[in-house]
Amino acid sequence: MTSPLAIVLVTTGALTLSTPLLAADAAAGKAGWTKEYPASDDSAARSCATCHGRDLTQSGRQANTGKTIEPLAPSVNPKRLTDQAKIEKWLLRNCRWTMGRECTTTEKADFVAYIKTQ
Amino acid sequence: MNHPKRILVILAASLLGLGAVGVAFSDDDDDDDRHGKRGERGGWVTSGADVAPVTNATYGQECGSCHLAYQPGLLPADAWARVMDPAALGNHYGDDASLTDDLSQEIGAYLIANAADQAEQTRARAFAVASGAKGSRQGAVLPRITETRYFVRQHDEIPARLVTGNPEVGSFSQCNTCHRGAADGVYNEHQVSIPGHGRWED
Repeated sequence: MTSPLAIVLVTTGALTLSTPLLAADAAAGKAGWTKEYPASDDSAARSCATCHGRDLTQSGRQANTGKTIEPLAPSVNPKRLTDQAKIEKWLLRNCRWTMGRECTTTEKADFVAYIKTQ
Repeated sequence: MNHPKRILVILAASLLGLGAVGVAFSDDDDDDDRHGKRGERGGWVTSGADVAPVTNATYGQECGSCHLAYQPGLLPADAWARVMDPAALGNHYGDDASLTDDLSQEIGAYLIANAADQAEQTRARAFAVASGAKGSRQGAVLPRITETRYFVRQHDEIPARLVTGNPEVGSFSQCNTCHRGAADGVYNEHQVSIPGHGRWED
């Protein structure tokens, strides 16, 4: 008797938890892309575009080392967004460096959604 | 009558032969390395790497995605340990280079096992003397290859305008910009070409 109820509850919970991912908003990701945050040191304000640029189909440039960053847009660089661990690693590092904190799940989903459209 | 002439021809041929051998041997000569002995580095018999090339693929991939994967022989083990400390990776010379524990442990172990104080190459061993005159910076900030005594001494005659003041170079940390063989561990003077300037003759 209790098991169908449990299934319903678990399903509802899963749907609720995954809502941010389902609602990933490419437009919000695009807006967040160029939003600037002050640096904790004396360097210039930072945004995603500082290293990746505003046009994701173009190469970027690592602000400190000058190393070329291959385009993020899957339309010109199909390897992008294919490796879960790599996505997690860079979102963690780059949110911390750019914003001074980790991104929320929603923010990360929005950035990924935006990159996917490029 | 013919005899002395033939001897002369043989002598001349021998000299030419010796000359050719000499050229072949000096071709890969690293005599600018005032502190090194060729034989210890393998000299002209092998490719002549000054420090052992990177052999760990994880290191090459993880660290090389942002900068030249500096050969482990360019810093001593205690310096690498400080660089690879998980907290230090969070503020890695102004960047966040956080790694998972598995990766930082693998890379740290590789760097330490192949560090300057473990190296066979003379030039790599020179980097084992980690801190330069800027001792006051030690402890507070991460060690830098560019602040090792050996590095400073090897680069002290190069004017800043060719490196930090050169938009095509920017920093002494960009080894491979001027040392064209840097990715393979070749740092001898013959492979130096400074963008906008050309070869550097000591």
